[in-house]
Amino acid sequence: MDFIDYYKVLEIDKNASEDEIKKAYRKLARKLHPDLNPNDNNAKKKFQEINEANEVLSDPEKRKKYDKYGKDWKHADEFEKAKQQQGSSGFASDNAQRNPNQQEDFSDFFESMFGGTAGGRRSSQSKFRGQDLSTELHLDLKDVFQSHKQTFTVNGKAIRLTIPAGVENGQTIKITGHGGEGVNDGPHGDLYITFSISNSTKFKRDGNNLYVTIDLNLYTAILGGEIMVDTFDGKVKLTIKPETQTGTKVKLKGKGFPIYKKEGEYGDLYITYQLKIPVNLTEKEKELFTQLSILNSNG
Amino acid sequence: MDKFISIEQFCIHHNVDFAFIESLNQYGLVEITTIEDTRYIIVEQIKDVEKMIRMHYELDINIEGIEAIYHLLNKVDSLQEELTILKNKLNRYE
Repeated sequence: MDFIDYYKVLEIDKNASEDEIKKAYRKLARKLHPDLNPNDNNAKKKFQEINEANEVLSDPEKRKKYDKYGKDWKHADEFEKAKQQQGSSGFASDNAQRNPNQQEDFSDFFESMFGGTAGGRRSSQSKFRGQDLSTELHLDLKDVFQSHKQTFTVNGKAIRLTIPAGVENGQTIKITGHGGEGVNDGPHGDLYITFSISNSTKFKRDGNNLYVTIDLNLYTAILGGEIMVDTFDGKVKLTIKPETQTGTKVKLKGKGFPIYKKEGEYGDLYITYQLKIPVNLTEKEKELFTQLSILNSNG
Repeated sequence: MDKFISIEQFCIHHNVDFAFIESLNQYGLVEITTIEDTRYIIVEQIKDVEKMIRMHYELDINIEGIEAIYHLLNKVDSLQEELTILKNKLNRYE
């Protein structure tokens, strides 16, 4: 783990007074506090950093150790002891090699900040609600056409969740009581799940409606006929009127996407016909088209 | 009564002054309901009130500041919601 310069984190000079540290922390906390930066993981990470820096630099004892031992300040007492025993000056770097995990950045110790335990003002006897957790669930459009149960893991805990049909890309749902544990028997926080829905189908979705463009061959467009069309969950037979133009739209009522939390209700499917001009014509076909063209120009 | 929590109990748990909740109420940031002489806040508002407590006691933001932030955060929320809707609509043309 790289060395973290707490002075740099708080944007202060190494000789900063206690008051300057406090002011710098407050200034950055107001800027980066998760309450003021919802859904901003970068701000959350930086907030953890400034908290850790403040915790160390605002405590004269810890600051002294940090100034002397840098990243190994937490082991200052061990160093001092070792120094007395060995009279050695090379211990610090050895130790850093031996205990790589001990320098895990922004510790556990700050995890509780987000549940409302921060701030020296409040008593440690108070009950606090656990922190709210948020996560993203990646699904395909096909996965949310029908309600289904899915198990996933958040913070090491398996959660079985019913994903309701019709959930939207970017939609967030709250699972009450599945967040972090409360402090002093306080209630659990909530879990917020944001759905990230990709689309591997040929259908475009806008709310509850689906849109698809289908190719229509020239002869059916001119003479009319019947075609089979894919809907999201099956096929339907459509009658094409004679002389159908390219770009013609038809609406299939109730063949769209399920409406969220309204069982049995669906949006509509909009089909746009795109005329497909025949290619690789035979001599005979060319001849017949020529005749049609002459007929058309004479008419 | 499940949807209410007594302000007294809430203040004890969070070690905050009753006056602070009253101030939030005066600024229209929290609704207080009185039932048989006991004053309550609605459970759904607790998360917001806890957020305001953190702003005040951890970040030294006064009630006027909290009010401004509260409205701005609501605006950010609705803009984010609108952005998601527009992004989803845009997918139709990609």
